Amino acid sequence: MCGIVGLLIKNPALRDSLGALTVPMLIGMAERGPDSAGLAVFTQPIAESDRKYSLYSGTTVVDWGQLIQALHQQLGGTAQIHTQGNHGILTANLSPAVVKPWIHEHYPAVHILSTGRTIDLYKDEGQPAAVAERYGFSQLKGTHVVAHTRMATESAVTPAHAHPFTAGEDFCLVHNGSLSNPHSIRRMLEPRGIHFDTDNDTEAACRYLEWRMQEGDDLKSALQKGFEELDGFFTFLMGTQDTLALVRDAFACKPAIVAETDDYVAIASEFRSLAHLPDIDHATLYEPAPEEMYVWTVS
Amino acid sequence: MDGVMNPTTNIISFDLTTTSLRDVNHYLHHQVSPGNHIDIHHPNGAHNLAVGLQEAIAVDIHGHTGYYAAGMNQLASVTIHGNAGAGVAENMMSGRVHVKGFASVSAGASAQGGLLVIDGDAGLRCGISLKGGDIVVGGSVGSFSAFMAQAGHMVICGDAGDALGDSLYEAVLYVRGNIKSLGADAQIEPMTEDDQAIVANLLEQAGFSHNPNDFQRVASARQLYHWNADAKQDY
Repeated sequence: MCGIVGLLIKNPALRDSLGALTVPMLIGMAERGPDSAGLAVFTQPIAESDRKYSLYSGTTVVDWGQLIQALHQQLGGTAQIHTQGNHGILTANLSPAVVKPWIHEHYPAVHILSTGRTIDLYKDEGQPAAVAERYGFSQLKGTHVVAHTRMATESAVTPAHAHPFTAGEDFCLVHNGSLSNPHSIRRMLEPRGIHFDTDNDTEAACRYLEWRMQEGDDLKSALQKGFEELDGFFTFLMGTQDTLALVRDAFACKPAIVAETDDYVAIASEFRSLAHLPDIDHATLYEPAPEEMYVWTVS
Repeated sequence: MDGVMNPTTNIISFDLTTTSLRDVNHYLHHQVSPGNHIDIHHPNGAHNLAVGLQEAIAVDIHGHTGYYAAGMNQLASVTIHGNAGAGVAENMMSGRVHVKGFASVSAGASAQGGLLVIDGDAGLRCGISLKGGDIVVGGSVGSFSAFMAQAGHMVICGDAGDALGDSLYEAVLYVRGNIKSLGADAQIEPMTEDDQAIVANLLEQAGFSHNPNDFQRVASARQLYHWNADAKQDY
């Protein structure tokens, strides 16, 4: 069992409240996923030449200031970092092709949780309320958010196994369910040079869909191929630079409910995570149908 | 107890934002008498609300419920003025459960008696393993509804999804709209006068005014009741 949560703000005036609106939704799904939690927030895109990297050092204490100094000295460019304990958001006008290998080489304890022009990502072990508090989720601002509470069923409980998973740039995925063919997906992708960070089934789905988009599919074509290739139970919620997307398997084994108002689209595994949203009594509520694609775009 | 009695209506009210779910359910189990009327406000998707009731009481839930609302109901009449989560009225024994909105998956699963009315749509697996209860759905039902349903009736005023009535036993289904596909061993049969009377009666109890002549009967072809060694064994 796991909990999924998504929120896309339609009314720009509410974008400063994105985190404050999301935290009760996340905590509402704590019983479905008490072992880890994570959240990806999408902001307005930064400059085309820049990239944001969400970094996580776990229990290793990293001198973040020293990291950007060394990065600047060795790779050039400009870099700044916004840190919160073991988490940092590095912004640099350097390409991921140089930054990622450099971090792997010089700071092997630092995990790159996400890369892109819009995405910031946080995930860690612990009760969702504790994780939200640890990283100040209630202060987050942006256009849309994808979040998850995890109750592990098929691989270890570690920060790396927590959701959201990312692949490529500005793409993340959270999952409620379990896949039965993640290993064959992985065996198909690895010879194509696609690297996996964990043995988690959700990572296979995330990397598969992102690979399809790298190959030229748009999101909907990639999801259609996902329906054909990914076997098992899933409710997937995905975030891209400007969209939220949701799909459920043919048996709709795992729950999902959507609430839409003029101000927002909110998605959760269960209504109890939506019950406290503003004006929820006037929201249009529905359960997404199995094997249908639901895509909402930031206006 | 935190319930508030309205002296004019004699209705006892609870608010789940101020009273715990356990306290409300405890009250419903141990402190009610036949004929009592209880209102519950702000369910906010709570699970297991008003489960295991055993007295002929009326319970009105104002809002949306989570999993298994009114499960195992006996005698009570529970009305949900909102949507119901998974497994509403599962294993109902008797009484009545009425969902004014839509119901999620597995509504009325294994119900042995009583009547479940859903004004809106029901999700997948509605009436799975039905064992004698009756279900009336004002809207449509999702795929795999009435899977292995053994006894009782389902009246579906809208459409049915894939594999309706797969591996049916002796439950009988009546569908007014389109059936996307029938499950293994389910077949459409002619409506008899008895069928029309059953549909008319259930529609009346549910408060719908459709013409019973507009429904198709779906029942078991009974070809899976006995092992057939000559049948193609693909799996």
